[in-house]
Amino acid sequence: MAKEIIKIDSLRRNFTVGSEVVHALRNISFTINEGEFVTIMGTSGSGKSTLLNTLGCLDTPTSGDYYLDGISVKSMGNNERARMRNRKIGFIFQSYNLLPKTTAIENVELPLLYNSDVSAKEREQKAKAALEAVELGDRLYHKSNQMSGGQQQRVAIARALVNDPVIILADEATGNLDTRTAFSILILLQNLYKKGKTIIFVTHNPDLAKYSSRNIVLRDGKIISDEKNSQISSAEDTYKSLPIIND
Amino acid sequence: MNIINLLKIALKALSNNKMRCFLTMLGIIIGVASVISMLAIGQGSKQSIKSSIAEMGSNMIMIMPGTQERGGVRQSGESQQTLKPIDFNTIKENTTKIQALSPTVNSSGQFINGANNYPSTVFGVNQDYLEIRKLTVEDGAMFSDRDILTATKVCIVGKTVTDNLFPDGESPIGKIIRFNKIPFTIVGTLKSKGYNSMGKDQDDVVLAPYTTVMKRILAIDYIQGIYASAITEDMTDDAITEITQLLRKNHKLKDEAEDDFTIRSQKELSSMMSSTSDMMTMLLACIAGISLLVGGIGIMNIMYVSVTERTREIGLRMSIGARGKDILSQFLIEAVIISVTGGIIGVILGAGSAFIIKFALNWPVIIEMYSVLLSFAVCTVTGIFFGWYPAKKASKLDPIEAIRYE
Repeated sequence: MAKEIIKIDSLRRNFTVGSEVVHALRNISFTINEGEFVTIMGTSGSGKSTLLNTLGCLDTPTSGDYYLDGISVKSMGNNERARMRNRKIGFIFQSYNLLPKTTAIENVELPLLYNSDVSAKEREQKAKAALEAVELGDRLYHKSNQMSGGQQQRVAIARALVNDPVIILADEATGNLDTRTAFSILILLQNLYKKGKTIIFVTHNPDLAKYSSRNIVLRDGKIISDEKNSQISSAEDTYKSLPIIND
Repeated sequence: MNIINLLKIALKALSNNKMRCFLTMLGIIIGVASVISMLAIGQGSKQSIKSSIAEMGSNMIMIMPGTQERGGVRQSGESQQTLKPIDFNTIKENTTKIQALSPTVNSSGQFINGANNYPSTVFGVNQDYLEIRKLTVEDGAMFSDRDILTATKVCIVGKTVTDNLFPDGESPIGKIIRFNKIPFTIVGTLKSKGYNSMGKDQDDVVLAPYTTVMKRILAIDYIQGIYASAITEDMTDDAITEITQLLRKNHKLKDEAEDDFTIRSQKELSSMMSSTSDMMTMLLACIAGISLLVGGIGIMNIMYVSVTERTREIGLRMSIGARGKDILSQFLIEAVIISVTGGIIGVILGAGSAFIIKFALNWPVIIEMYSVLLSFAVCTVTGIFFGWYPAKKASKLDPIEAIRYE
């Protein structure tokens, strides 16, 4: 039996906008085990961003419970949740969110700077290892504005990996990239999945579902389907089949 | 989160925006530099006033005849004849707080030595006068008690007088000069003191026994004033009280009658002069302080804009585990680094310009440690105070919104 990384139990999240109450998430329950590659899909307004924020310990549920790595997040204060984000979660954003004018290695080191248990030496070693894992070992000292979108996203993935998180949360991680680069990122994520990393990939692009091991679809704050995918397509094959555009 | 990491983060963030950082600093630099140099000039002029007053004499007390009303007409102090040699003797015999005492009478006129002549003033005094006015005899000797007793026609001359009467540089000792046809034998010369701070030549002086000036030159039986020197500066006020009592008793003044003499002290003069320069210093420091305040507001302004501009960065930092207080510390440290670095540069610049003023304009300039410490403290406080609000704002951002801020 695989270890439960995420357990969500009858989760609700309401927002009050003016005098109206918006139900972003209505009674959602699921568990994610270690080593799964889950895509969470839904159109805009389906509640996937709210779910991602909750999973990422950025937001707290109105009711219901959320356990991350066996720890209940619901009753945590701001500082404790910041600690959870720092130690247990790796974020990948659509727009990379690297620090400007800062080298790749400094960007990757950033999460460790907020962890006083990690020494300066360890920090550098880990950052190097993470950048090598995303095949950027030769670009350690390139500044973020000197890199292409794909490279920047790889730096962001390295940053998400550097603290050795129990889960990687990717929010439309390929949304800003062209198809080929998007697939190269997907290959990277699939490789991480094969190495046993737990990944949650939030997207509105239904084509990406077949590359993950499980697919959760949200609509109007409810789960409308939750299917395991035993036949995972290889992103690498798709990448190879893509026409190379020379112009 | 340890402080070294925070410093690293803040320094990195500042170095990404060097130009802006420098411009923000400029306000503080100018503020601190002006505070330092203004205080240096103020302190310098105060010190020079003090020392020139101290040069005039040691804990000096001046007793002059006072104004008096006679038949409804107020008379000027100088024309009074209320101070007599007996007053001088009474003080001399009864005082406990005065170390030197000299009567004074003076007369201006032309000094003549052969073909050379020079207008100066002869001061009739006793030997104590040297001590009171901090004069020293360079060549020859001071006249003696016997000279005073017999009203001998001897004198001691200042350098300016010597130079004018003996332009060839010959020694004046033993020579006879004439003052209003009265021959005086020069027995000594005074060591040069130069000009005082009011531009008066302190060497343009001739000293003679007061009895000689009274009897042989002016033919009067009163004295024009008494100079005294208190034992210590703190005793000045007590000495004045003592002298007042003695003189009132001597002059048989009734309790309700006003003094027929006036007493001025060096201490009084010194505090009067330095209060003027203190006020100037305060004024200068206030103006400089305002520029420091403006510099501080500059910091707040830039930090405030910076927080808005770096909203996404703040959101990112929070989503990867920075707590509110980490963000707060980062921005606060940035503000303090700007203000303290600005302060250091300002101190150097301020001290530098003070020295330039000292050498170029020859103004007296003193940089006191307290002004450096003060502006440093003010800088740090300015940084924390004006950095606090923007930093607080940054730390209160919602990471969910901040990370998606466009």
